[in-house]
Formats: sequence, structure tokens, C-alpha cells
Amino acid sequence: MKSSVIIFPGSNCDRDMEVALKKFGFKNQMVWHNDSGIPKSDLIVLPGGFSYGDYLRCGSIAAKSKIIKSVIDFANSGGLVLGICNGFQILTETGLLPGILQQNKYQKFICKNVYVKVNDTGNKYFKNIKKKILELHIAHNEGNYFCSENELKSLNNNNQIAVTYCNENGMESSEFNPNGALCNIAGIFSKNKNILGMMPHPERVIDKSLSSNDGNFFFQNLVENFK
Amino acid sequence: METNEQIAIEHGLKKEEYSKICDLLKRNPNLTELGIFSAMWNEHCSYKSSKIHLKKLNSKGKKVIQGPGENAGVIDIEDDDAIVFKIESHNHPSFIEPYQGAATGVGGIMRDVFTMGARPIANLNSIHFGSPQHPKTKNLLRGVVKGIGGYGNCMGIPTVGGQTSFDESYNGNILVNAMTLGLVNKNKIFYSKAAGINKPVIYVGSKTGRDGIHGASMASAIFDDKIEEKKPTVQVGDPFTEKLLLEACLELMEGKSIISIQDMGAAGLTSSSIEMASKGNLGIKLNLNKVPCREEKMTPYEIMLSESQERMLIVLENGKENEAKKIFDKWNLDFAVIGKTTDSKKIELFFNNNKVAEIPINILAENAPVYDRKWKKTKLPQRIKFNKNDFKKLKISDVLKKILHLPNIASKEWIWQQYDHTVMGDTIQKPGSDSGVVRVHGTNKAVATSVDSSAIYCYSHPLTGGKQIVCENWRNLISCGSKPIAITNCLNFGNPEKEKNMGEFVECVEGINEASKYLDYPIVSGNVSFYNETKDKGIKPTPAIGGIGLLKDYKKMITMDLKNNKNLLLVIGKTEGHLDQSVFAINILNEKKGPPPEINLFNEKNNGETLLKLIGEGLINSAHDVSLGGIITAVSKMAIKGKKGFKLNNLKVLINKFHYYYGEDQGRYVIEIAPNNLTKVQKILKSNSVHYDDIGIVTENEILIDKEPVLNINDLIKFNKSWLEDYMDK
Repeated sequence: MKSSVIIFPGSNCDRDMEVALKKFGFKNQMVWHNDSGIPKSDLIVLPGGFSYGDYLRCGSIAAKSKIIKSVIDFANSGGLVLGICNGFQILTETGLLPGILQQNKYQKFICKNVYVKVNDTGNKYFKNIKKKILELHIAHNEGNYFCSENELKSLNNNNQIAVTYCNENGMESSEFNPNGALCNIAGIFSKNKNILGMMPHPERVIDKSLSSNDGNFFFQNLVENFK
Repeated sequence: METNEQIAIEHGLKKEEYSKICDLLKRNPNLTELGIFSAMWNEHCSYKSSKIHLKKLNSKGKKVIQGPGENAGVIDIEDDDAIVFKIESHNHPSFIEPYQGAATGVGGIMRDVFTMGARPIANLNSIHFGSPQHPKTKNLLRGVVKGIGGYGNCMGIPTVGGQTSFDESYNGNILVNAMTLGLVNKNKIFYSKAAGINKPVIYVGSKTGRDGIHGASMASAIFDDKIEEKKPTVQVGDPFTEKLLLEACLELMEGKSIISIQDMGAAGLTSSSIEMASKGNLGIKLNLNKVPCREEKMTPYEIMLSESQERMLIVLENGKENEAKKIFDKWNLDFAVIGKTTDSKKIELFFNNNKVAEIPINILAENAPVYDRKWKKTKLPQRIKFNKNDFKKLKISDVLKKILHLPNIASKEWIWQQYDHTVMGDTIQKPGSDSGVVRVHGTNKAVATSVDSSAIYCYSHPLTGGKQIVCENWRNLISCGSKPIAITNCLNFGNPEKEKNMGEFVECVEGINEASKYLDYPIVSGNVSFYNETKDKGIKPTPAIGGIGLLKDYKKMITMDLKNNKNLLLVIGKTEGHLDQSVFAINILNEKKGPPPEINLFNEKNNGETLLKLIGEGLINSAHDVSLGGIITAVSKMAIKGKKGFKLNNLKVLINKFHYYYGEDQGRYVIEIAPNNLTKVQKILKSNSVHYDDIGIVTENEILIDKEPVLNINDLIKFNKSWLEDYMDK
């Protein structure tokens, strides 16, 4: 299983993502934003951080970068593209995923553990996942997901809402919504579910010594689904 | 332009200093030269009031690779790893413009660390604000927290610890101290000392603008009503550029082309170029037309004094320019050869083909003024005789609720949740603990770090206060099972020209030094911030100590949260019940007099080392040092973290229970142990002559104190967490 992590100037979760991918058996390569193409990969990851300083709007400049055309081509041909945090923002800016990520409801950066519920297992990311309520970690200022009514309807109809904020028992309510995201949305798929964008960072919770190790379920399962 | 005494005074120089400059130069300096002198000779850059005292500091030790005098201190953490670390103040700019002031403080300290070749792995901060009722406090706090987060989060460096306090003495002068630690291979450390002549001097990073001109002089002055007018002297930060600069510098450092490197911090191009030349005993020649400028028509004066951020000066090996330029091009950063090293031992500046300044380096550096300022000793205040009748109407549990809700005791989660504390994936102990702990990436080791200050104790008796902070910092590192190695200090004081303030400085430093020596806890870097004074009102003396400890096996780390029901709670260290200057005395009894608790360095060392033994034997489930608010506050914080309750035994001591539970005697820890380990623990404590009290047990969620009404842990959590949230958001 080969993965590629794209590094934009200002990315800062690229190393963490590589550590996680390698830990679970991916053969990973780092790809610089100015490279003309992406080596053959089974999975492309857009990591978290502040690509191009997040100037203009989070992810907007990255969405126009040189490498992004290869990412779009890869995604359109059915390749798996995972965007975490800033990566999710970039995916919405490219139009590969619908909607936008606005500033958090309380206008503050939030760094803490959250629970998310896996809503759909008919896809390569979550098929056979051993745990449906995961304790992951968020660290963002713009994670407040929003989309139009029609887009939301279509997300619901196609089971594209991948993960939603909830409590440890899976209860979704505004109380457990850290940033004001529409319908507690923490992550969504593209229509054919090869693209996943989510705000929580599974790569930050991959061993017992860290604040959770539920990221293991995510990565372990992802690897299994490639076998 | 010719200069005179008046212009010199406007530059913050004293009359005598100006005549000294004229004597040394044997002529009047021109304006650019005067600007350079003012930048180099101000308090912030020259340490003129503090130098003779700082020299005495204990900075040597087996683990010290680099002590004070470089961009940051460096210590050995075994295998080929070393930690580069330092703390620095950004007080004055943060009061004028809290967001940018705090942000650039964080940016500046990170540059000090990666200049030496280290990748930053953790940030901390020590921030102090005026009374919560003061009209400025809320906005300053909000701005500072956003600024610290804005910079550190974007850089992708976790902020793992810190300290926040409120005191009316900071109403007109807030304190913002930022600390960074970085990891480096000990054979690949970079220094600022230039070597060799005719070597190219390279400018990299952001362009130079007009921001921050005279920033260092502003930071060396007292404030008045017109301070808001100084806003243009505050630098503007761009963390994105700094992230690029970090990666580009580290990439260049993988090769062998750098002779020396220095970040442009306070006093910008002036101090960086002079420092490099001075350390190498060389001269330096710069063509200021080559400096990348952001704005048009910048004069030599402005270019030399700008404090624009995210810039570095590098002396390269000859012929390596293209190789280096390629890296900076890749990261889209400016790269310019702006001069060369010479053997003239002078700084020579050229602009439009004219020589615009020429000053012998030794005049600027070694001949900078040094003052042995007058200072006054602070007498140890008399002990207060507390009236036991005052306690009669109080309940331990009511007082506890009040104390947990006090601004200086309440949870600071509202603050640290705005800092990314988990990026880099190695944070194993988060803010809100005794220490922040980060793993040394890819190894079994971890580094613990904490920053501490105790302005109330230092104000009451500076000598004791100075010792106390070092000890408290040491204890915080011990509590998580790490062995303390070394410290950095940020010495925040009032006006050194006042004998009382200068005395506070001298005696705090003496106290810090004494404890540092006794505990073999050397001081390897630091910074002094004087003139924290507005309209004649100075701050309480607030030296901040940042410490580093090493855990050889991170899996043996201890946390402070209570773990299991029925486990035993022990207090290590003797409790005499010292209430003077305690949170209880000041806030509950409104008694502000008396001396701070005494420091017994022998007990401090013995108790701490014994606790490390217990941790090493695997006998400890949780541990926490006893500090503000005494034993019961310490136990409550452990309970809050672990979402557990506790039951206190009936006291078997002779002192009053308020003295026992709220006294702030030093050198103590609360530990949680399993009942079946008690005999082993007792044996180790006894054989090391460490006093201990068995104070109670862990419960599921109830808090039982004597026959007082039962409290629930959820109530305590609420009391502790709600103060800051309500203050900021309601």
C-alpha cells in the first residue's frame, strides 16, 4: 500500500501523518507542492496545517497550487484522497467536496479531544471498522461546517456524512458540537466515497501515551481494507 | 546629520552616555551611528543594570553544553540529543498591542532556538495581567492568548504549559514571557560567533519594513499616558513566513555551509551583525542598498533599527552562496548577500556608495555602560499572629470552594484550549498539569517542562521568593517523574533606577542562585525586563523560572490525576502551617502582611529525590506538588483532574486545621499510592528521613472533610472551571 502526503508551504501535520501511515504499514512518500506530479499511490493525504499561511481563506491558495491538479485527476479517476483539518478545507476549496468550513462558532481556536460517530461503513475508509464511536482530537479555528440546503439533502441521500460530533455514547446534540458545525458534521465523503475530508486528527491519537489511541482503529482498518 | 545631547536623550540615552560616545569616537556620531548606539546601549540589549549581578549566576554543570551568552542555552539529554531552550519577555509591546506583542514574542523566542539548529518541540508561556476588574484586563488577556495561539499554532509547535496570574500591580504593565525548547543533535549545534575574513554575510527571511523601529528602546523605558502613541514600535508577526524560515534554515543546516548564524531580534540588523562580529573578534562591512526592503526610500537609520520579524543573518563559507540561495528560493524567502566579514574590527555601513557609519565594534559591545546601581535590602517581615477566633466561623469546605474559584487558582483551560498542544504527536502531558511533557521523537525519552513565578512571595521577601520559585519549578518536574536538569530565567522587574526595585532584583537573583547551586540546577539562559512601571507604579518583582527535566523512559511518567478508589493519600514533607502570604490569608482573612514560607533547601532536595526514588520503584499512582492554597487545594486539583473524590482522615496534628490544610509550607508533595504498597513506601521514606502524613483516601466522587457537609467532585470541577469562562465569555 503506497501513500503520498502532500506538503504545502505551511503544512504542519505532514510529519505526524507520515508517522501514523508508516506505523500501520503504508509505504509513504512526501510530495512537495511544486512537484509536477504524484508518484503512483493508493492513497493521497492532504495534511493539516496552515497551507500558504491560510491567507485569503483557509485552503484557498492550496486549492490553486501546482500539485492540486494531479490530486484532482487522481480523485476523479476514483483514487482515495483523505484530507484532515486544513486538508479538508482544501478539498472544499477545490470543489471536490461540497460546502465550506467557517470560523468556529465561539471565534476561538479549539484544541481538545472529541467523540465522533462513524455514520457509514459502505466505503473503503470505514468498512469493517471495529469501533463506531471514536475519540479523536481536533485543533482548528475554522471547522464550522456549512453547506446549502440542497447540498445537505444530497449529502444525506447519498450517505455522504461520514462522521459527526457526539458524546461517548454516540448522542449527537449541540452540547457535543465543538464548533457549531451544521448537523454536527465532522467529516464528509464525496459522492462515490473515495474522497474523505474531516476536521478531527486521527494521526494525533495513535498510542496509549497520547490523549487517546482510537486513531488506531481508523488507520488499522484503512490498511485492512487495502489488503 | 549631526547629533547633539538633546537628540541622544530622545533616543533614550543619558547625557553621560552621549558624552562617553563622543569621547570613544573622538567625534560626534551621526544620526545612524547614534541610532546604533541607542539600540546597543539600551537596557534591553546591554543588560547595563543587571550585568554585574547576572555574572554571579550558577551556570555550570555536567549537563550544560552552552550557558548564557548565546541565542539560547543548551543541555545534554544523553545519546546524541540536546535541548536548546530559553525564555524571553515581550512585556512592553504586549501592553501596547496585545495580539502582535504576544505573537512576536513567541516568534522571537522560537527563532532564538532554531538559530542554533534545533527544531522547536514545545512552547510555554508565563503571562500576568492586572486585576480582573481593571477595564483593560479582559481585552489584554484575550489579545495575548490569541496572539500566542496565532503564532504557535501556525508554526505547528505545541504549547504544552504555562502560567497565568492576575494582580493589580500589572494594571499598567502586563507581563508576557514566552519560552521555547528545541531538539538538536549535540554535534550539530550552530553558534553566532563569526570566523574568518571576507566571508559573505547573508540576509534571509522577510523583507525589512518600518515596523518595530526602536522596539528595544521602548522596552527599556517606563510608560506614561501617551504609551498608545508607541504602537508603531510594536513589530508585526507573520508566523507563516517564520514556518518557512524554520524549514529553510534547518535544511541549510544539514549541509556544511554555515559558519555562524544569528536571528534578528531586538535591535534587528544592528545587534545581529555586531554580535556576530564581536564574538568572532572581527569587523563587518554591510551595503545597505542590498537589504531587501518592504517599503520605499528607507534610510540607513531605519534599515539598521527596524525590528521587522522573521529575519536571519548568516555568515557563509565562500562559494556556498548559490547552494544556500537555492534552498531559500524553494521556500520563497528573500536571500541577499549584503556584506562581508573584515579584519577591521569595525562595523562599516555603506549606502548609495557613501560610508554612512563607522564604529569600532568593541566600543559598542565591551565598552557599553555597566552600572552598579544602588539597591536596598528588604527586611524579612514579622510573622503574623493569626487569631483562631477568625477561623471559628469558617468551614474548610466553604473556603475550598472559594479558593478553587479565585482568579489565580481557577482552571486556565479557557486559555490553553486555544493553543494547539498536541501537534507533532508527542505531547504526553498536556497543559493544566504540573509539567508539560513531550517525547523525544522516536525514542523512549521524554522532556518535562514547567514555568513558574511567585510574585507575592518575591514582593514580600525577594531573597526567599527567589529561592522559592526555583524550588517550585524543581518540584513540578519531579512530580511527573523527571529528573530536573537546568533552568532559564526571565527577570521581570520595575525601575532599576529606584533602590527598592533594584534591591528586589538583586535579592531575587541571589535567592535564585542559591537554590540553583544547592539543587545543582544550573541557569543556562535568560532575559531581563526592567522598567515595568507606569506612572511611578511598578510591578511586583516577577522572576519567572522555566525548567527542563528528563524522563529516560516516558512510560514511567506520573500524572497528577487521582486514579483508584481506596488508594491512600500521603503528604510528603513537614507541615508547620505557614499562613502568612498564603492564598488563604490574603483572600479569606484579607491579611497581606507577613513573610513568605521559609525555604529549607536540604529538605527540598531530600524530599524531591526521595519521591523520584519512589516513582522509580513504581510505587506511585499520582503525585502533585503542594503550592498555592496548601494541601487541600493540591488534593482537590488532583481529584478534579481524575474526576474522583477524597475522604480526609481526622487530623492527628497539633496545629489548627486551617493552618494544616491551607498553610503553604514548602518542599511538599501529595502522593497517591495503592494500600498494599504502603509498607514499601514507608520504608523508603523513613530510610531517607522524609516526614510524611497519611491524610486520607481516594473515593468515587464524594469529598468528605471532617463532619462537614459532603461535596461532590462535579461541584468542585464546576467551581474551578467556571471562573475564567464566565469572566471571558459572559
